[in-house]
Amino acid sequence: MRATVLVRPKEGILDPQGQAVEQSLRKLGFAVAHARVGRVVDVEVDASSTDEARQRVDEMCMQLLANPLIESYEVEVHE
Amino acid sequence: MSPRVAVIQFPGSNDDRDALWALKALGADATLVWHAYAELPAKTGSVVLPGGFSYGDYLRCGAIARFAPVMDAVTRFAADGGLVLGICNGFQILCEAGLLPGVLRPNASLSFICRDVALRVERSDTPFTSRCEPGQRLVIPIKHHDGAWFAPAELLAELESRGQILLRYEENPNGAVGDVAAVTNEAGNVMGLMPHPEHAVDPLLGSGDGALILAALLDAVRETSASVALA
Repeated sequence: MRATVLVRPKEGILDPQGQAVEQSLRKLGFAVAHARVGRVVDVEVDASSTDEARQRVDEMCMQLLANPLIESYEVEVHE
Repeated sequence: MSPRVAVIQFPGSNDDRDALWALKALGADATLVWHAYAELPAKTGSVVLPGGFSYGDYLRCGAIARFAPVMDAVTRFAADGGLVLGICNGFQILCEAGLLPGVLRPNASLSFICRDVALRVERSDTPFTSRCEPGQRLVIPIKHHDGAWFAPAELLAELESRGQILLRYEENPNGAVGDVAAVTNEAGNVMGLMPHPEHAVDPLLGSGDGALILAALLDAVRETSASVALA
């Protein structure tokens, strides 16, 4: 089963990468605000149900994929 | 007997030999310990996690290195009260491993910064700063891209009240909250710092201030071994 993890800098955490991207987008003429840069992790999980897959990926996030001090995450499991 | 110090060598460490050299120059029996080892050498008095880019800094700096087999031994050593010093990448690893509070984030400027910085010593009653005076100014180089230490405001306030901030930048180079350059755990036997004391042990190379930190650590190891011998 495939799963996608979206890891984002938490609200209020300084994101210099997001700021640099935002500035560049503005220089290109795009009217944007609050650009934030995160990370995508795609994984193939060995699981018999989407619930089980979600639980496994949740554990992965807590143990490695995200640092809860500064990052939030969302898990999407693909049928 | 010379204090025995284990300098951990991760794939991608690059200040391991500098740390080894500096510790030996200060009288330590320092030895490199490969990350895949499950145990520390017998009679290890202190562990130093050196700077570098362990495992390519993939995912987050220090996030992969904390799963190295040797880290279980380092965690047990720290839990038993052993003195552990993390420098730069070593600091990042200790934070990711949960042995130190907070986390290191990319510099606010997004630039790699390599220069001498001035630091202020907050406390001298610790195994890492006993050769300094409170308020003393140290000049030690930094060289990092991910050196902005971060802790949420409430955690920072707790650390401040318990005196766990040991060094602060005189002028904040990287966006670290509270100008924090070095932090210790609650028990006070684990310290991490972004500046590189091993690169400042000889005034000929710019500064000898880093030797104050490393020599303090060796003093503390000698005292511990002496008290163990007496007991």
